[in-house]
Parts: sequence; C-alpha cells; structure tokens
Amino acid sequence: MSSLLEVTSISVSFDGFKAINNLSFDIGEKELRAIIGPNGAGKTTFMDIVTGKTRPDEGRVRFGEPQMDLLRLSESQIARAGVGRKFQRPTVFEAQSVRDNLMMALSNDRLPFAVLGYRVTAKDSERVAALAAEIGLSAELDRIAGELSHGQKQWLEIGMLLAQEPKLLLVDEPAAGMTLGEREHTTDLLRRAAETRAVVVVEHDMEFVRRLDCKVTVLHEGSVLAEGSLDHVTANSEVIDVYLGR
Amino acid sequence: MQQRSLFARQPSVLIFISLLAVFTIVITVLSEGFGLGLVSTSFIKILGKTLCLCLIAIAMDLVWGYCGILSLGHFAFFGLGGYMIGMWLMYERTKDIVITSLAGAELPATAEEIREGIGTQIFGVVGGAEIPLVWYFADSLFAQLALVVLVPGLLALVFGWLAFRSRVTGVYLSILTQAMTLALSLYLFQNDSGLRGNNGLSGLQNIPGLTHLPQSVVSVWFFLASAFALGAGYLLAAWVVSGKFGNVIRAIRDDETRIRFMGYPVEAYKLVVFTLTAVIAAIAGALYYPQAGIINPAEIAPIASIYLAVWVAIGGRGRLYGAVIGAATVSLLSSWFTGGQAPSIPLGFYTINWVDWWQVLLGLGFVLVTLFMPKGIGGLFDRLVRKDAA
Repeated sequence: MSSLLEVTSISVSFDGFKAINNLSFDIGEKELRAIIGPNGAGKTTFMDIVTGKTRPDEGRVRFGEPQMDLLRLSESQIARAGVGRKFQRPTVFEAQSVRDNLMMALSNDRLPFAVLGYRVTAKDSERVAALAAEIGLSAELDRIAGELSHGQKQWLEIGMLLAQEPKLLLVDEPAAGMTLGEREHTTDLLRRAAETRAVVVVEHDMEFVRRLDCKVTVLHEGSVLAEGSLDHVTANSEVIDVYLGR
Repeated sequence: MQQRSLFARQPSVLIFISLLAVFTIVITVLSEGFGLGLVSTSFIKILGKTLCLCLIAIAMDLVWGYCGILSLGHFAFFGLGGYMIGMWLMYERTKDIVITSLAGAELPATAEEIREGIGTQIFGVVGGAEIPLVWYFADSLFAQLALVVLVPGLLALVFGWLAFRSRVTGVYLSILTQAMTLALSLYLFQNDSGLRGNNGLSGLQNIPGLTHLPQSVVSVWFFLASAFALGAGYLLAAWVVSGKFGNVIRAIRDDETRIRFMGYPVEAYKLVVFTLTAVIAAIAGALYYPQAGIINPAEIAPIASIYLAVWVAIGGRGRLYGAVIGAATVSLLSSWFTGGQAPSIPLGFYTINWVDWWQVLLGLGFVLVTLFMPKGIGGLFDRLVRKDAA
C-alpha cells in the first residue's frame, strides 16, 4: 500500500527544547490511526508541522500522489492540497449560522474574487443538507453556531472538515469534554470518515482509542516509541514505563 | 432559501437607501440654490461633507467591523483623494486667473509665460516658482480623477501587502497604520513636498469652468454627488458583506487561524478589503474637500483616523447603518459644539465653554457607549426589532 503522508526524520526545537526528535511517520490512503502519548510528547507539534504552522529544522514531509513537498507550502495551500485539521477546542464561527459554517467549508474555490462572485448552487445546498444529516444537525441548520452545545460544536467542526473533502484528516482530542453518548457518535463519525480517507486522531483517552479499534502510534519525547494494535503497544514495557506510569 | 436578493438578505439596505433619497430630495427642495431657500448654502456644505464622512465610516466599518482590521490610517487615503482632486482644481483655476491677467498685455501670452505665472501664483508661498513633477497631470481632470483612485489604492496595496504578509495583526497593525498616516502628514508638511507644505491646497470650492455659477448652486451639486456616492458605497458594501465573501471576512475577524486551516488565503482577503476600503475613503475625500474649500496636511494627522474609529464604535460596528449613524451624529454634534453655537454653561466659579469641553464630552460619550452599549447606537435597533417579533 502506498503512503499518503510520509514524514521522514523531522526534528524541531524551541529554545533548545527538542519538541520533535528524528520522527518518522507514514499513513496510507484509507487508514484510521490513533496517536497517543504523554503531555509534551510532541503530538500537537507534529500536527503543526504537517499543517504548515511550524517549520521543522530538518526532515521531509511528503504528501499525496503525485508527491508534494508540504514544507514549501503555506497553511492555506496545504489545506487546499487536502489536509484538514480539527483543533482541540471546538472552533466553529460562533457568530454565523450552521449553514454558513458548512457553506464556507465546502471544497469550492477559495480565492477572494471567486468567492466574491459565488452563487449558491443546488448541488452545494444538497451537499450541506447531506453533511448536516451525517453530523446530526439537520434541525439546527439556521441556528447561530454559538448557541450549539459543546458536543454539537464538535460535530459541526467535524462536518466542516468533511465538507472540505480532505484526503487526510488530523483530529486533536475529539472526545474531550463529551458525554458518553456523544463519544459514541463521534467514534462512528470518525470511523465512517476513515472509509474514504486517512484519519489521524490524537487522543489521551484510552477508552476512546480502544473504541476506534485501529493502529496506534505511541509518541514519547518527540519520537515514535511503539506502533501497532492497542493491545500490542500497551503490552510494550517501555510504553508502560513512560505512559501508563508504573 | 438560497438565491435571495440583496434586499431580502439585508432589509436595512432598502430602508437606508429610501431614507437617504428622501433626505436628499427634501434638502434639495429647501436649498437656496434650487428651492425655497430655507437651508443656507453653508449648511448644505456641512451636510454634503457629513455625507462624505458617512461614506468613509462605511469603509471603516467594512475593514474593522467586518474584517477585524483596526486600521487607524484610513484618513490618509481620504486626504490623498482630496489632494489629487485639489491639484486639478487649483491648477486650472490659477491658469484661468493667469490667462485673464495676461490678456491685457500687447503680445499674446506664450505657454511658457502662462506656466511661469501659474508656478509663481501657486508655489510663491513656499518660495518656488517651478511647477513640481507631481503636478505633471494637474491640467487633466481625467488624469487627476484616475489618480484619486490609483494613488491611495496603490499605497494601500503596497502597505497592506507588506504588513499582512508579515502577519502583523491586532494592535501592532493599528500602530503601523498610525505611523503611515503620521509619516504622510509629516512629509506633506514639508515645503519641498511639492504640495505647498502646511499651506495645503486652497480655493477648492471654485470649480474651473463653473465659476459663473453661484456657490449656492455648486454646493447643491456636490451635496447630490455626495449623497449618490454614499448610496452607491452603501450598496457596494452591503453586497460585499452579504454573500460568502462577507462570511469569510467575518470568520477572519473571529478566528483567523481556523479559517486559514480551512484553506482560505487570509492575507489575500485582508489585502482586498484594505485596498477596496482605501479607494472608497479616497473617493469620499475627493468629494469632501471641494466642499470644505481647503486641504492641508493637518487633515491627515493621526488623530483624524482615531476619530473615524470612534464614530464607527459609537454607531455600532459590523452593521453598515451603524457607521453612518455614528459618523453623522458625532461629526454634526462636533461642528455644532466647536462652531461656537452651543451655549456656554456658567457655573459661577467656572464657565463651561463647549469649544474646549467638547472633546471631553466626546471622550466621556465614547467611554459610556463602550461600557453600556457595546453594540453602539445601532444596537438599539436590535432591541426594537426583537420587541416587534415578540
């Protein structure tokens, strides 16, 4: 299986602190992957590098077919190339309606003059309706996003990411602050999303990771400590030492 | 829903345009130049100038209220627009005067003599007689009208490109725009800037070719042109903010990082909005200064752009009519208080003289609005609408 994202020996340090240390990471085209690791393991920095927010000191980041060098692209170019990112805090545009949030996210031309002349098409309306149904917000389309519950905002954000039709979806702690029912819904959403694209989930919560039932990468001090099924990595003595804290 | 007209999406647009049209017709009917003579020419000029200030306030609302860029330099573009049209007005009028004065001579005046005469008339005050290079197109109305748009537009484009590309945001960007307007004003204060230093350009109320018309008539023409420009500017701004583009710039205001990770090139959007609003400001300035009659570098001092932000904040950000209400209310009150018409208040031990105390009152008003009406005067309309709905 060919890789969608190839991260090769990247390192980055902030004021002498090595946040990422010779990290390599690959993910295939339709794969669900969880990344776990203690605080400061470099999970968020890893996402920052892939999405262009942080530039690594060394290493390579290649994406897609034909391969693109993500280190040469700006954040918005990387997003347009097909990398979607969900932040830890739900970040939807609270002053705007659920419909407008989804409309903005649809994978249409994003350059200013094209957007200025944009007219809503029947196809886009249908797409928004379908997305709303998928994330369970059909009844809330005309509500202001700021009025939604915490869990609904998380789903809206996932819906916006799906609307972008990314090839790779990076999701940072999706289950944080969710009720049990909301978590189940979120797990379903992510697993269904992974049927058509690659999804990388960064999570602290082991129960949630277990429910995702996918390959797990354990990060520690900026590099990969172990990789495999959840049972495999949790049986690893190093992982037990640094993460499960024995 | 989907494709609804601009008026359906923004009901305030129709109300605003109707009110503006009624106001314009009523004032024209009451004017000295075209009607009953109940409104004086000087008051027509104040109203016409106020409409121009409302237009630049709309530009400010677009860039700050909608896109979140607190520019404290938009009066620089307003002033530049005024300078560009002022050059033509002053040059052509001086040319007429010089030709008239040379007409009595035995030999017909040569082009050289006329140029010399114009140079001495305009630049004698700063100790020169040469016509500077920046006046190259000053004899062409068409060229100067193009420069009204091009000079401020290019300045905004270059400044914005440099600032946004370096990801300068928030208060740092505000400081940078203040520096820009201060630098421009200081440059224009110099005698060798080619624009008559602190004297500025004057006599702009005299329109070359129309000097046979009394000011009472010219003032109404400018009033009507200002009203038209305000209406057009309002429609343009409403169109820009009502569609997806408006949603994107509001998203930039609320969470720049998030919309960038959605793939929108934030810097390009900021640049488009900054440049567009600079051009609107310049057009407002080009209409304002022929009514004011004079422009000098003090007009683009940093404080002017800060006032602009205060108007928009008092009127209510992120709603175009709020900007108009704020600009009209504050600038009309300001000219009333500082014009010496407001009665002084004797307190026995001290007399409150409004010419001095207006600034204090305005500052107090700004603080009170910020504390108790964060949505500004325009926010009051929300309550009315909600009461109707309930």
